[in-house]
Amino acid sequence: GSSLEPEEQSMEPPTVPEEEMPLATVPGPAGCQMFGYVGIEAVLDQMKVKTMKMGFEFNIMVVGQSGLGKSTMVNTLFKSKVSRKASQPGQQERIPRTVQLQSITHVIEEKGVKMKLTVTDTPGFGDQINNDNCWDPIIKYINEQYERYLREEILITRKRKIPDTRVHGCVYFVPPTGHWLRPLDLEFMRRLSKIVNVVPVIAKADTLTLEERAEFKQRVRASPQGAPGVPCVPLGAPLKPHLPQIQEDLKAHAISVYPQQDFDQDPEDRALNDRIREKIPFAVVGADQEHQVNGKRVLGRKTKWGIIEVENAAHCEFPLLRDLLIRSHLQDLKDITHNVHYESYRVRRLNESN
Amino acid sequence: YTQLLFSCQFSDSAGYVGFANLPNQVHRKSVKKGFEFTLMVVGESGLGKSTLINSLFLTDLYPERYIPGAAEKIERTVQIEASTVEIEERGVKLRLTVVDTPGYGDAINSQDCFKTIIQYIDNQFERYLHDESGLNRRHIIDNRVHCCFYFISPFGHGLKPLDVEFMKALHGKVNIVPVIAKADTLTLKERERLKRRVLDEISEHGIRIYQLPDADSDEDEEFKEQTRASIPFAVIGSNQLIEVKGKKIRGRLYPWGVVEVENPEHNDFLKLRTMLVTHMQDLQEVTQDLHYENFRSERLKRTGKPVEEEVVDKDRILQQKEAEVR
Repeated sequence: GSSLEPEEQSMEPPTVPEEEMPLATVPGPAGCQMFGYVGIEAVLDQMKVKTMKMGFEFNIMVVGQSGLGKSTMVNTLFKSKVSRKASQPGQQERIPRTVQLQSITHVIEEKGVKMKLTVTDTPGFGDQINNDNCWDPIIKYINEQYERYLREEILITRKRKIPDTRVHGCVYFVPPTGHWLRPLDLEFMRRLSKIVNVVPVIAKADTLTLEERAEFKQRVRASPQGAPGVPCVPLGAPLKPHLPQIQEDLKAHAISVYPQQDFDQDPEDRALNDRIREKIPFAVVGADQEHQVNGKRVLGRKTKWGIIEVENAAHCEFPLLRDLLIRSHLQDLKDITHNVHYESYRVRRLNESN
Repeated sequence: YTQLLFSCQFSDSAGYVGFANLPNQVHRKSVKKGFEFTLMVVGESGLGKSTLINSLFLTDLYPERYIPGAAEKIERTVQIEASTVEIEERGVKLRLTVVDTPGYGDAINSQDCFKTIIQYIDNQFERYLHDESGLNRRHIIDNRVHCCFYFISPFGHGLKPLDVEFMKALHGKVNIVPVIAKADTLTLKERERLKRRVLDEISEHGIRIYQLPDADSDEDEEFKEQTRASIPFAVIGSNQLIEVKGKKIRGRLYPWGVVEVENPEHNDFLKLRTMLVTHMQDLQEVTQDLHYENFRSERLKRTGKPVEEEVVDKDRILQQKEAEVR
């Protein structure tokens, strides 16, 4: 018969069926060894299923002067008519006297994942003759959402899931003057980056003077980029030599835009975020019309000199913005809002109430 | 450029925005963060609790056990012993704390034996409530008890009075999973009879044990039902490896044969382990959303004001100190 002697723990691991991989041995307490397979990673699957079932909320705010293509940009980002453009027929563009805040909520679904998206627009910002303190209504709104969340959190009987209306990301549209940030831009970003994640973008980056175009055409010829024959318009390029300037400006005024260096969690995060920080602010173009290019339907703007493909990384940096906001850092935007900005607000409030 | 940011398997198909990638983002963050889980085991001495825990997580949490003699046991009150071990599997880190309760049910008069246990659970809630209401919430550690395995003796005819009293006192504070220990003392028929008896008594006394959530559409509905039908799990644990048919397996060697721990025909060990691991998330949520919130409402109602007002002074001093250090 087989040897049935019981043996003590210091044995070689039992053979495991093919489905289970032997795991790396981990020294437990008193230096003992583990062997076999418990199946802990099942916890991760539960979380995924939960995330997908529950759906999630995402709140973004767009700030910038009228006519910078904010609504188009939002529509392009989420590939749906989420924002109503002010320049539509029948819609008279009237610049409001004070900064208004308008929030629209949509529920969109993709591959089984539901998202409750709220876009807060800020018409009137920066449009007046005197724009002093035009950021106040915006700051007030952001703080109001924090207050709302705080109130729910300190209730004696709390909701299971507190509705989250806090602004997770504020996309700030910088006009394509092409050179450096204006005092309004600096002032706004300085104040708001303290309470919310600010993502600055250079809007309507396809606007170029003949001078600027000639300048970078030279650059294009010098570098092997660009398809032959088609005057490829690396729209970020003419602005990019001034990029160091914008970054200098931000640094000089101690403005910490998203992704903030202070919140990098580990070297891996830092490396990833450094590459993003090198390119901020992204030079973007928005479009909600499709055109035919090389047999494919693409979103773009048609001009006499070519079609600017919004999702073509060689044409503009829209893909980078989309990837940052949605595909890779969406959860991070929410986490930083919750763990950093909201906590700062809460601490301020608790100290105030004494 | 896109590859620079994040390797996304999804193609740029028309109409695809990409927020369906959110579960992956959450996944990535969770793997980095790891998980914490606290499991409490309660039951009389000698029911095989420690052996079972070792078998469940394939570790030896109790390397140098000291088993007190009867004379010592008379004097002893219930102790609370917590041991923590970090388990890593395929990159996922789990920080598991097992809270043992030696001395439970040992005394001649066991009237107060679960007071210590209730105190412990409440203390963890209290501590969490305090941390949650404080000023610096960055590194809150969750030591709350997420699950309690209650060991029922296989030698009786069902629940003992102590079992009933304990479960009634604790079902509003912790997720209770009843377990029939040393199941190899029972034949299959005896096991079924005991399980039915235990379930009847549980419902008779209005005891609320942990309920498995309903299966999702893509989960194995049948498997879930089978698992549910097996509660209370009748289990066997073993620290010993025995060679059976050329394989070394955990088991107990008797003259009449070998009882295999991981053999589903011999006992419910695998079901228990699978249930625990696949429901860790849910156990934590129920602890947070139900038991902890109950504790919190009761606590706040009693004191009449939010906890943070009481602790703000202490925290403010602490915060000032931290600011100075920075």
